[in-house]
Amino acid sequence: MSNTAKTLAVASAVAAALAAQGTTATAQSKEKCYGVSLAGQNDCAAGPGTTCAGTSTVDYQGNAWTLVDTGTCSEIDLPDMADGTEREGSLEPLQRDLPA
Amino acid sequence: MLDTARLNRLPAAPGVGFKPQHFAAIMEDAGPVRWLEIHAENYMGDGGRPLAQLRALAERFAISVHGVGLSIGGAQPLDKDHLARLAKLVGWLDPASFSEHLAWSSHGDTYLNDLLPLPYTNATLTRVAEHIDTVQSTLRRPMLLENPSSYLAFAESTWSEPEFLAELARRTGCGLLLDVNNVFISSVNLGFTPQSYLDAFPLSRVAEIHVGGHDHDADDHGAPLLIDSHARPVAPPVWDLLAEVLARTGPCPVLVEWDNDVPDWPTLRDEARRAEHALQTVAVG
Amino acid sequence: MTAGTGSFAHALLHPNVTLPEGLTDGNGQPAGRRLNVLRNNVASSLGEALRNGFPVVTKLLGTENMKAIAALYLRAYPPRSPVLSAYGTDLPEFLAGLSQLSHLGYLPDIARLELALRASYHAADAPALDPSRLTDLSPQDLTESTLSFAPSLRLVRSRWPVHAIWLRNTQHDAPKPVAEPQDVLITRREFDPVPHLLPRGGADWIAAISKGQSLGDALDVAQTTAPDFDPASTLAILLRDNALTSLTLKDQRL
Repeated sequence: MSNTAKTLAVASAVAAALAAQGTTATAQSKEKCYGVSLAGQNDCAAGPGTTCAGTSTVDYQGNAWTLVDTGTCSEIDLPDMADGTEREGSLEPLQRDLPA
Repeated sequence: MLDTARLNRLPAAPGVGFKPQHFAAIMEDAGPVRWLEIHAENYMGDGGRPLAQLRALAERFAISVHGVGLSIGGAQPLDKDHLARLAKLVGWLDPASFSEHLAWSSHGDTYLNDLLPLPYTNATLTRVAEHIDTVQSTLRRPMLLENPSSYLAFAESTWSEPEFLAELARRTGCGLLLDVNNVFISSVNLGFTPQSYLDAFPLSRVAEIHVGGHDHDADDHGAPLLIDSHARPVAPPVWDLLAEVLARTGPCPVLVEWDNDVPDWPTLRDEARRAEHALQTVAVG
Repeated sequence: MTAGTGSFAHALLHPNVTLPEGLTDGNGQPAGRRLNVLRNNVASSLGEALRNGFPVVTKLLGTENMKAIAALYLRAYPPRSPVLSAYGTDLPEFLAGLSQLSHLGYLPDIARLELALRASYHAADAPALDPSRLTDLSPQDLTESTLSFAPSLRLVRSRWPVHAIWLRNTQHDAPKPVAEPQDVLITRREFDPVPHLLPRGGADWIAAISKGQSLGDALDVAQTTAPDFDPASTLAILLRDNALTSLTLKDQRL
């Protein structure tokens, strides 16, 4: 792309994005502090279950555990190579958690 | 009697353990609740809703910061990173009180997420006193130390728990948080009377009281074993014990804890009303 | 202590390990299964933290499977910090290593998406860039500008349809996922993180800007892999959700 074309593309994208703000501004929800927390609350109570729970040695051996068919994964049927590409080498490594 | 106002600034009124799902309802109608307790570790993120809620609550209520992860009873030095996180939270919030537990929860760099028991020996006394000194000098305020709920005891212990706590308070100047539910649970589980525990307990150093619900189980011999579940209303004998304690201490901040199977706000508010009633009875009496 | 915290901690995490000596019921009898109360507290509270932290992974697997996996995970990767909101960062790799889950290739990336949502939720607040700053600039200046993202912004790239799978398990009427790679941009307008499906090229564009490349250079990067990429829709999300915090034109920060 030529520099002129690139400058035009950037400018028109910015203009379109700004124009979209005008139309969505009134539809924005008013978030407050209300709402539940997400995950991992510390507390100082004993856990549910009592002396007989948490003690099955079978649970702690990875090769002894068997997946039972109870979750929604059974309704999601994706081939092993979801995008039709080879698993190794053809895609960029995952980039996550930006900004670093 | 010790001036407990030096130890914290909580009102001698009912408080509850704050749960985020109660935020809107508490702001609408707090009932008799004048102060809230939060678990320090839930407010150590960098921002977002938890800290926004806490800032809003602090404008309306006295806040007690209750740590659950410092491992003050641990065999190793206190976690400097965690202490720094605590100092940051206590620094910006300037809460009415800071408290932690006579327990350990970390070994090496593994955190076990439970308040674990320690033997009451001279060696542990020295170590825990050093840890309390470190906390108080880092936070630049006195802290309150809470008595644990016990399921077992150590054969090597040479101190009773109330005497151990009294000696810690004497050495470090810290205040005490008396969990009446924990006294009841431990008395059933370890076979002593709550009254004997209270007789030995330095009640003049108590600056906050906890009540909460417990569950019933049994040990190998069929003996009753109470579990500190915080999953139900406060049991009648614990309310009775609270009345006994308040009769001895006078008015004191009383917290209702409910951490598992958390009920809707009106149910928890009703529990706070019972605590208010207990406080009014002692104020009149 | 003779029953040192090391052997005690080991016994808590390993139920088939013998009890440390010197634990009693308070009346001279051995503590016996009383230690199991503490074992259960450790296992159930950490398992619950994982289920709360990974609700979609839990729904996909079913609660019973997730409980079993949590029991394995919490022993392989016990928390390193008392702050439980940060617990579970190794779960994606752990799931990827379980042979029983090898047919659910997308599962580790769903766990990564949930970790990113949680990180966004707890990220620092930051004042948003005033969009009018952009209107004041010439096309040439815009092209040479760089943008800074809010601390709550996250990017998750996947060769699986992670956005569609997440939607299917969090909203009614979401369509069944079809096989395609999906990249997800997470923004937090105020307190609630929202995952947005990025158009092809969008993740490259976000990554380039996050590395400090100008709007013009980032467009070049994105169009190398996606020639039709237009940043307008992604930029609109960033502006609407307060995900931009500053604009820098050469050496001048606006």
